[in-house]
Amino acid sequence: MNTLTAFDYKLLLAVPLIPLCGYVIQIFFGRNLPRKGDWLLTGGMFVVMCITVYMFFSKALGHEGTLPFWNESAATEGGPVFRWLYDSSAVSSDRNLVAGILYDGLGATMLMVVGVVSFLVHLFATGYMHGDRRYHIFFANISLFTFAMLGLVLSDNILFLFVFWELMGLMSYLLIGHFSHDPTSSRIKFAAAACKKAFLTTRVGDTCLFFGMAMFYFLLPREYNELVGQGLIEGDTVLSSFRFSELWQMTGAIVEAHGGDYPAWMTVAGLFTFGGTVGKSAQFPLHIWLPDAMEGPTPVSAMIHAATMVAAGVYLLGRMFPMMSPTTLQFVMAIGGITAIFAATIGCTVNDIKGVLAYSTISQLGFMVAAIGTGGLGIVAGLFHMVTHAFFKACLFLSAGSVIHGCHHEQDMRKMGGLRKMMPITFAAMLVCTLAIAGMPLFAGYYSKDRIIASAIESVLTQWRGGNVFVMVVLPLAAMLTTFYMFRLIFMTFFGEYRGGHDDHGHGAHGHDDHAGHDAHAGHDGHGHDHDGHHGHAHTPHESPTNMAIPLIVLGLLGVFGGHMWLTGDPLSDYGTWFTKLVRWEDMYVLPDGTSLQLLKMNMLEVSEHNHHVGHIWAVGVSLTVLVLGVLAAWWMYISKRQDSEAGSGDTAALFPIPAQVTGKLGLVYEAVRDKYYIDEFVNATVIRGTMVAARVQSWIDSNIVDGLVVGTGKTARGFGFLCGWVDKHIVDGAVNWVGNTTQAFSSVVRLFQTGRIQQYISFAVGGALLVAAFHILT
Amino acid sequence: MGVEAYMAVAGVLFALGIVCIISRRNILYVLMGVEMILNAANINFVAFNRYGNGGMEGRMFAIFVIILAAAEAAIALAIVLNVFHLFQSVRPSEADILRD
Amino acid sequence: MDQLNLDSANASHVLSWLTFLPLIGMGVVMLIPKTNMRAIKIATGVFTFIPLVIATQLYFSGFDKEASGYQFVENLSWIPLGKIFYTVGVDGISMPLIWLTTILFFIAVPASETVPRLSKAYYALFLMLEVGVIGVFVALDYFLFYVYWEIMLLPMYFLIGIWGGPQREYAAIKFFLYTLAGSVLMLIAVVAMRIDTGTFSIPELVAIGKAGGFTGPALLGMKFTTWVFWFLFVAFAIKIPAFPFHTWLPDAHVQAPTPISVILAGILLKLGGYGLLRACFPVVPDAMNEFAFALGVLGVVAIVYGAYVALAQSDFKKMVAYSSVSHMGFVVLGMAALTDWGMNGAALQMFTHGISSAACFLIVGVIYDRAHHRDLNGFGGLAQPMPRYWALATIAFFASLGLPGMAGFVSEALTMVGSFQSQVGWTEEAKASGWMWGPFQWLTLIATIGIVMTAAYILWALQRVFLGTLNEKYKDYQDITGREVFSLAPLLILCVVLGVFPFLILDWMEVSVTDLMQILAFAG
Repeated sequence: MNTLTAFDYKLLLAVPLIPLCGYVIQIFFGRNLPRKGDWLLTGGMFVVMCITVYMFFSKALGHEGTLPFWNESAATEGGPVFRWLYDSSAVSSDRNLVAGILYDGLGATMLMVVGVVSFLVHLFATGYMHGDRRYHIFFANISLFTFAMLGLVLSDNILFLFVFWELMGLMSYLLIGHFSHDPTSSRIKFAAAACKKAFLTTRVGDTCLFFGMAMFYFLLPREYNELVGQGLIEGDTVLSSFRFSELWQMTGAIVEAHGGDYPAWMTVAGLFTFGGTVGKSAQFPLHIWLPDAMEGPTPVSAMIHAATMVAAGVYLLGRMFPMMSPTTLQFVMAIGGITAIFAATIGCTVNDIKGVLAYSTISQLGFMVAAIGTGGLGIVAGLFHMVTHAFFKACLFLSAGSVIHGCHHEQDMRKMGGLRKMMPITFAAMLVCTLAIAGMPLFAGYYSKDRIIASAIESVLTQWRGGNVFVMVVLPLAAMLTTFYMFRLIFMTFFGEYRGGHDDHGHGAHGHDDHAGHDAHAGHDGHGHDHDGHHGHAHTPHESPTNMAIPLIVLGLLGVFGGHMWLTGDPLSDYGTWFTKLVRWEDMYVLPDGTSLQLLKMNMLEVSEHNHHVGHIWAVGVSLTVLVLGVLAAWWMYISKRQDSEAGSGDTAALFPIPAQVTGKLGLVYEAVRDKYYIDEFVNATVIRGTMVAARVQSWIDSNIVDGLVVGTGKTARGFGFLCGWVDKHIVDGAVNWVGNTTQAFSSVVRLFQTGRIQQYISFAVGGALLVAAFHILT
Repeated sequence: MGVEAYMAVAGVLFALGIVCIISRRNILYVLMGVEMILNAANINFVAFNRYGNGGMEGRMFAIFVIILAAAEAAIALAIVLNVFHLFQSVRPSEADILRD
Repeated sequence: MDQLNLDSANASHVLSWLTFLPLIGMGVVMLIPKTNMRAIKIATGVFTFIPLVIATQLYFSGFDKEASGYQFVENLSWIPLGKIFYTVGVDGISMPLIWLTTILFFIAVPASETVPRLSKAYYALFLMLEVGVIGVFVALDYFLFYVYWEIMLLPMYFLIGIWGGPQREYAAIKFFLYTLAGSVLMLIAVVAMRIDTGTFSIPELVAIGKAGGFTGPALLGMKFTTWVFWFLFVAFAIKIPAFPFHTWLPDAHVQAPTPISVILAGILLKLGGYGLLRACFPVVPDAMNEFAFALGVLGVVAIVYGAYVALAQSDFKKMVAYSSVSHMGFVVLGMAALTDWGMNGAALQMFTHGISSAACFLIVGVIYDRAHHRDLNGFGGLAQPMPRYWALATIAFFASLGLPGMAGFVSEALTMVGSFQSQVGWTEEAKASGWMWGPFQWLTLIATIGIVMTAAYILWALQRVFLGTLNEKYKDYQDITGREVFSLAPLLILCVVLGVFPFLILDWMEVSVTDLMQILAFAG
């Protein structure tokens, strides 16, 4: 089973370490390196890409035989392990944390995707970010971002996954906030708020994940050992562990001992764990950070949305799938379905080119999560979609970046148009990937999206439940909307006449469209104005330079071939794509003893061959139908009735009369969708305000009651002291003084006799003697 | 003539001494008064010795007193000199700082 | 750990040297004329640096981390009449804290440069403080412990009261009286135990406590050990400071000069937690087991409540002060959980919070030295004129926030997982049912709110100070200077290194904490 050699493990270790070293060098010396060090990190990423691709093709795809492709360094003789908490081997494994590398089909695929996309994004950024005042910091950060994702993919235990997961949160904070340091950027304040929002929102989910993790860590072995004690599980008791394979093994045994049922606490723990996905993968209701994250530079958006951050949430679901009880999965599916449809509706109304892609990402993530939630073969479909989506979404973002770069940091699609001729490479790449995301047969997205819809249908055929039906209805609708808004983007941006360069006088004309949401505003201009001599033709869009075009071409090709090397097989069949061959649901989860987890006995729906077949056929039909409907609707609205004569006026309603009519008829519904269903406002009014009120109330309690008690005690003590002082002064000391005063008063009378005159004294003496004598004589 | 006559002379002399001490304004007269009282006492000593039980103690006391009076006069004059030096006066009513 | 190994006692007097070197330094500083400030500073630097060298050497090579019990023990008769001994020794719990002490005192010397009205007396008192602190960490005789505990109080009072901010007298008196009240309770408990058992020796008391040997009378319906426990707990809880005994801390921090805040947050608070581990829990383990849940509640309240109150602050330093309250709540929670990870987490949290909060206070000090105010709403965009400062501040505050890869995460994660594993207060039904849920599980769940809130107040503060539009007033500010970096860098490096290699502390604590757990488990 172990096909990796010690050298292979070293290569895998090098994968995250190269960007890490690059980061360290760059942060300290980047400013002084030639070209501010971008070649160093991009070169490093090129090496990483080569390693991951080499490992992927030679080890994973090249893996022969019936056994699953599966390597765990902790189980391998001489495989690298890292004793994290205690370095001494005397500490038992449940108290220590021994981290290692897990390299299986899913991990290998994800590693390759991250490697390829990250390198291309680095390369793109050398052109896009040119002239930025924090250029070297940008490269350092994006490199560390990549490191975190690579580490996450390679982790063999959930605690280290969490470590990298959070590290990614930090890097997203720094990268989304990239322009919050730039005084020349008009978006400086929004960037500062957006990066905080991204970190905090995901942190909510992360904390849930941490708690779920703690639950599994503690309760799984406890339950297991109890069942061993009752004789329901054969074998020895186990120790606590964070390692995936051991968690799977315990779960499998527990569920089997319970006769296929999950204990109630596992549902709770699964929901907590899913909370992590909700935060990181921007699922409803924690999706709010993602649109704001568009404040980051476009390459960052491409990283976050395609290969790294949001994919991590889905990857986590892939790793934790066996621990998800069917009840949890129902919840997962419902959340995914809701996210898919509601983000897609918003995506139709956004005018910011990156905003459309942001909501598209949320919607596509909803697809993946919903697919995993169906509990059938959707687990493979959802993960597959994560992979293909990484390719075409990266391409779409980079193309959007190219467009923005070409249009001199204009992001509003209403001010674009006609770029087809001016930016042919960008147009081609974007069109290809739009077809891919729309699910055009033969393109990458088709194979995965088709399978997602198929698994939704299969789940309904197998198990008629409300949640399944909801998802089955919602996903095709969301797919149609996806097609619509993606082609809307293409048509508005690349067709017709160029409408740019009027923003000075044209801005007020479409005030009703220019809602409070910031994404309709003009883009940030974070680059200074000095990039290589574009000043001469500042008002004409231009094609991007080579270093930006190459990533577009490569990713465009991956958007076509990334799903299926259809040149070499049956192109229309979704069976036997490379992904489904590599990541087989039957042996996705290998236990420490080398056997595979029997998912069918656990949370996975057993789909009959017949239902599978029916589902597939229906899915093909449905996908093609929604594709055609979506394209036609977009064409009808944005091409057929376009008034090119109005192109120069800046009046969008006159330019595109049909959308204006439609939105006018929809009225409040449209406004609600356009304003993102007021979720941000709702969160601000309830959660954030509630938190602040709670904080102020507690602060008041602290300074008035808790501290008040202390100060009150002090004051009481001081008051008592004053009382004692008064008593002391006036009563105790008073008595003493009274004695003295009385004596003094008496003596002051007596002292009148003391004149100091000797003769008087003698007179007194004589007088006294005479008196005494008289007394004696008379008596 | 018996002891009564001596005692009468001594009593007169004593009274004159007392009056002299109390009434005179010059401290030297006060000293003289003191001497007169001492001599009054001496007369009594000698008289009681003459009419007493035949011992010599009275006369011895008288001689002691005379010597003592001489010594006392010397000291008293020294005090008077100092008092004069201090108060620029020999009036006893001026030297009343003992009051305080 | 029960009995001292006296065979090898007095072999070297290294701990006494460590304790009293600063005292010698104090004498040297007193002898230097007060006009020669440069020599005074150098002398202080030297006499804090030598203990650092000794402690580092002890930590990495002298100390045997595999061995159980106390090391470098010295045992001399001090006051024979009262059977009071000068007994000192270290184990795996005190050794890292001593190292931390010497580090923080050394870096506080250059950080003292900007203290207003700086004088010779400041440095003398500063060195005296170090004597007291190290003394508490090494003392193994309760009487000696108490003496050092009081020695520490005096210089702190003057350091806040003379060199502090505008309300320094109020803060200093509050600090002094509050701590003194705790000391009195401790003294009562110590005397009671002395009368009951006839010894002041902590290891002997631990052995007696373990054997249930206290025979003191019950009072007002509470057992003798219960009284002792609560008296000692309150004494140490004031120092930690645990809710609701924390209100002296924000005042003292806000008024104290930066280096004193660093010492206060970095070390003095740890003395409370250390006292609990050394001189309270193992002495009365039965009472500790009985009241573990109450302690857990206090810990969680501190975590959540401290975080919320920090969120509401507009004074930068006060915010950091309340974050200390919140973070020290983890120490109490971890100890109360009575699990292996919880106890290790608590012990580690003392160290990690010592470095991260010290770094945070230095960061606040840097900006206070320039702007002379600490109003969070009065800054903005400082990352632009001071990019290096921003980078260091990010590390410090994210370490404080408990970001994985930084030291704070390890201890907080250990504490949380450990407290979740706790079986304190489980009913028999809970143990029998599959639900396996008890009071500490709820406490852990509530404590997670504190984690989110921690992120909230730290990020909000960072945004208000560093990000966004630059306040024009501050555009000419000089970036962080070499002297300030010199103070900060060791702490930040430790933050990262310990986050990646936590075994650099945990390996040292492991044996001692295991021993401690065995003592505590007897009554459980």
